[in-house]
Amino acid sequence: MAIIELRNVWKEYGADVVLERLTASVEEGEFVTIVGASGCGKTTFLKMLLGTEQPTRGEFLLDGKPIPDEPDATRGIVFQRYSVMPHLTAERNVMLAGELAANRWLGYAFGQRKRQLREEARAMLDQVGLGHASDKYPHELSGGMQQRLALAQALMKKPRILLLDEPFGALDPGIRKDMHQLVLNLWRTQQLTVFMITHDLEEGFYLGTRLWVFDKDRLDPQAPGAYGARITYDLPVGQDDKQTLKTITAQVDDTARALS
Amino acid sequence: MKKLINRQPGILGRCLLGLLPFVLILLVYQSASSARLAENPDDRLLPAFSTMAETVERLAFEPNRRTGEYVLWADTLASLKRLALGVGIAALAGLVFGIATGAIPYVRAGLSPVITGISLVPPMALLPILFIVFGLDELSKVMLIIIGITPFIIRDLQGRALEIPEEQLIKLQTLGANTWQIVLRLVLPQIMPRLINAVRLSLGSAWLFLIAAEAIAATEGLGYRIFLVRRYLSMDVILPYVVWITLLAFLIDFALRRYSQWRYPWFHASQR
Ligand SMILES: Nc1ncnc2c1ncn2[C@@H]1O[C@H](COP(=O)(O)OP(=O)(O)OP(=O)(O)O)[C@@H](O)[C@H]1O
Ligand SMILES: [Mg+2]
Repeated sequence: MAIIELRNVWKEYGADVVLERLTASVEEGEFVTIVGASGCGKTTFLKMLLGTEQPTRGEFLLDGKPIPDEPDATRGIVFQRYSVMPHLTAERNVMLAGELAANRWLGYAFGQRKRQLREEARAMLDQVGLGHASDKYPHELSGGMQQRLALAQALMKKPRILLLDEPFGALDPGIRKDMHQLVLNLWRTQQLTVFMITHDLEEGFYLGTRLWVFDKDRLDPQAPGAYGARITYDLPVGQDDKQTLKTITAQVDDTARALS
Repeated sequence: MKKLINRQPGILGRCLLGLLPFVLILLVYQSASSARLAENPDDRLLPAFSTMAETVERLAFEPNRRTGEYVLWADTLASLKRLALGVGIAALAGLVFGIATGAIPYVRAGLSPVITGISLVPPMALLPILFIVFGLDELSKVMLIIIGITPFIIRDLQGRALEIPEEQLIKLQTLGANTWQIVLRLVLPQIMPRLINAVRLSLGSAWLFLIAAEAIAATEGLGYRIFLVRRYLSMDVILPYVVWITLLAFLIDFALRRYSQWRYPWFHASQR
């Protein structure tokens, strides 16, 4: 059975239609990359996956049941920023999921359990290349390091679905490539289902297993909110060709101009 | 030559510049005092430094003939006890209600209006009621401090709790946290340095309420002493007491700031 299924999902804010007629289904283990013009509703879609926003029409299903309407441990997330706890060191940030599970009332682990969690955290930090920074606070880390920390923190909970909202948007292209490699490795080893938003169309063409383009196929320049964005392209990654890339780029750029 | 706004004093220069106004104040006082004393040796308004030193020595290091107490220390202890009790209870109440109203919408909906209402009542206007209800002893003075500063602390902390980025609240839920764990692992630790800040800001009012309450009804305390000796125009007591209170206020503030910087380095890094 599909892990995520969309049946004619709409999202409207008042009279503004943000997303409309979304219909798709995603199998466990897929890596969906989402691209689209700024303001076309990518984050809104992620929020519906997360449960902080609800669709205004249609059915949004997780394992065939309506998706829970608040965030929980099935869906991990890395935001563009503010993703890690500023008051905890890197190691404590990564231990957090385990500590919360260890004691329902205090949310702290003690003794043997704590040592074990610390070891697991160290191993995870090594995996994301932060082994040397385990005692540092987030403010002592660079932007890229903070995002790797956020990734490590989210993965410790072993979520079934991992949501990434332009997590590396602020990073240099070189570092971004490294981070993508990291995400791909973690996705393979942990058998996650990943939804990742990116601004870079080309990125979407080689990353993951599936590319979604969010775009408004109907667009009224006088009233950009009259129609919502849909999934205009749903491509398996690997079957890309230069011509498709060009077409999509041109279409997305048109929408972006109309929205701004 | 650099523009004035771009020129920074060195560490020595900063110290000297900072001390200068204090030295000037002392000099002005000194000359005014000598001028008055030269005219009338019995003048009480601007006592000489030597007179004040004698008075302080008598109050601080000689037991009072009647009670056997060292007056300055007894007053200081009494006042600090009231201040600590009042500010401590206010901080605790502020923490509990600030977090509850900041983190939980239902509590906020229930309590926010009444807290806003209470915070608009001028505390000094309630002092007579406190004296009537709690009597003239310790409780009413402590209560005045509590009533005076708690609403401010609650409202400040509620605002700070609401400022916690939503991303972090969501993040913690995706890590499996329940409401209570979110309060304990996210809201409380992030509010603690802000509580210290709020306490530092409200200490000025706390001193004000303390001294006002002591002036009206007390048998010892720094405020009591000042208002007692006012009848005899004893500026040689009042002035050193004022300086002493100021010094205490400074030291408490300094200690709180240092503690916060040491205990919550991440908070002070983000404040810059
Ligand atoms: N709470 C809200 N109330 C009203 N309108 C909203 C709300 N949240 C988002 N929108 C609107 O929904 C549209 C889509 O926003 P969204 O944040 O999903 O865009 P996005 O695709 O993530 O853009 P970007 O690439 O810039 O992050 C925007 O036009 C925005 O103004
Ligand atoms: Mg977005």
